[in-house]
Amino acid sequence: MRPPKGQHGFVPWKLSGLRTGGAARGANALRDAHDARTVLTTEALQRTPLHTLHVELGARLVPFAGYEMPVQYPSGILAEHRHTRAAAGLFDVSHMGQARLHGTNAASALETLVPMDLRGLAFGRQRYAFFTNDAGGILDDLMVTNRGDFLYLVVNAARKAADFELLKNLDFEILADRALLALQGPTAAEAIARLSPRLASMPFMSSDSAKVGDFVCQVSRSGYTGEDGFEISVAAADAEPLARLLLAQPGVAPVGLGARDSLRLEAGLCLYGHDIDETTTPVEAGLEWAIQKVRRRGGAHEGKFPGAALILDQLERGASRRRVGIRPEGRAPIREGETLHDSTGRAVGRLTSGGFGATLDAPLAMGYVETEFAAPGTPLSATVRGKPRACRVSALPFVPHRYHRGKPK
Amino acid sequence: MTEEHEWIRMEADGTATVGITSFAQEQLGDIVYVELPEVGKKLEQGDDAAVIESVKAAAECKAPVSGTVTAVNTALADEPGTVNREPTGAGWFFKIKVADPKQLDALLDEATYLGKLDK
Repeated sequence: MRPPKGQHGFVPWKLSGLRTGGAARGANALRDAHDARTVLTTEALQRTPLHTLHVELGARLVPFAGYEMPVQYPSGILAEHRHTRAAAGLFDVSHMGQARLHGTNAASALETLVPMDLRGLAFGRQRYAFFTNDAGGILDDLMVTNRGDFLYLVVNAARKAADFELLKNLDFEILADRALLALQGPTAAEAIARLSPRLASMPFMSSDSAKVGDFVCQVSRSGYTGEDGFEISVAAADAEPLARLLLAQPGVAPVGLGARDSLRLEAGLCLYGHDIDETTTPVEAGLEWAIQKVRRRGGAHEGKFPGAALILDQLERGASRRRVGIRPEGRAPIREGETLHDSTGRAVGRLTSGGFGATLDAPLAMGYVETEFAAPGTPLSATVRGKPRACRVSALPFVPHRYHRGKPK
Repeated sequence: MTEEHEWIRMEADGTATVGITSFAQEQLGDIVYVELPEVGKKLEQGDDAAVIESVKAAAECKAPVSGTVTAVNTALADEPGTVNREPTGAGWFFKIKVADPKQLDALLDEATYLGKLDK
């Protein structure tokens, strides 16, 4: 067998950084995978506070963003994915970077780096944000929460160092001694309510301090699956007993990064470094909704973030390409990196994520296409192993979000 | 067995059945699609014979010996997960009429293959 096309580093043989001789095509993928497992133990990969638990649960651990992370447990990616949509999945996302921004001007200082309204972010509320560069590209996406005394940030594991460099002149504190768990799925609220009843009534994108069991946590109602759910920041020392407590609740099962990726893809959510990066603008990525009016042209705090001129222009005029969903015909997935062609064979776009959606029971992908091809239903084709594969542009998300928005007051 | 994690089994009718090993399916994870060769296709030893798509990856299954494809496991179209559940049984890929039986002698027996995995 031959090595797979590049994916997100979840598969065990996609270990180009670990493997001597590199990932030359034609090498023996599975034999290399086998070698890599032994190499793993000697590499300087970081471990999360749940590492012992992952091993005990039979996780397959792979290197991801410098961490040894569970890609799946014995039930497998498809079953874990379906379980999260049907009940509740517990994810270890402790590899992500957590930080606090202190100071009375934290919000206005952070606003110089992101096009979001943070001065207007109420206490206990959370907001999706992204750091931009001078060319209007995205340096990372993150979550920002107003905790009153400070802003709490969660950034991508692979971008921690770069993000913290951006923040170096601000009064910020890296929370290296905290773990992050995500409990996601339609029965997540029921499960957490057994341990901390009032959390079940939190609205989507809010944050609170609470005791879950005996453990003091900072909990937000948010996630990366399209389902209702919670993200729980907890002291590293409490992470394992808290995870065991959550796993002991009926309907809660551990879910790895493999299903996390297919769940977010079905939910149409961007993965940094794939669907968004330094070369994609927020408007091209379809993330206009995340830029509040006060930061747009004519707003009270217009512009004054990196790349503002270009991004504000694109907000008014649109961009020449657009992130879209793609549904391939048939059952075989089409992977990241494949080129998309129109009916004349002209290249009009490229896939940035691709895989298999267990809820749709079908392959699915995301990518960028020239704007005139972005309408749902537009027929395109991708060339996979020399053969054309028909596909269609699809509206996002592929699977409707089921967030807990609460009743309007 | 091959060092590249295919298995081949001689059948009574003179053809040989080919699939991937249990180790291979476990490494690939949940398999969602298998692209099989056409019946009648002539394969040289080492040619790409089938493509396996799992949730996270695509890998290619090579022909362990030269020969002509005489049958393919069409049931995998609807139930690709059979490869995960029964890799050396109902999850077979294709049958091949072996062109040169001497090629079989150079392959690994199961004990040798499993021994290599343990190293």
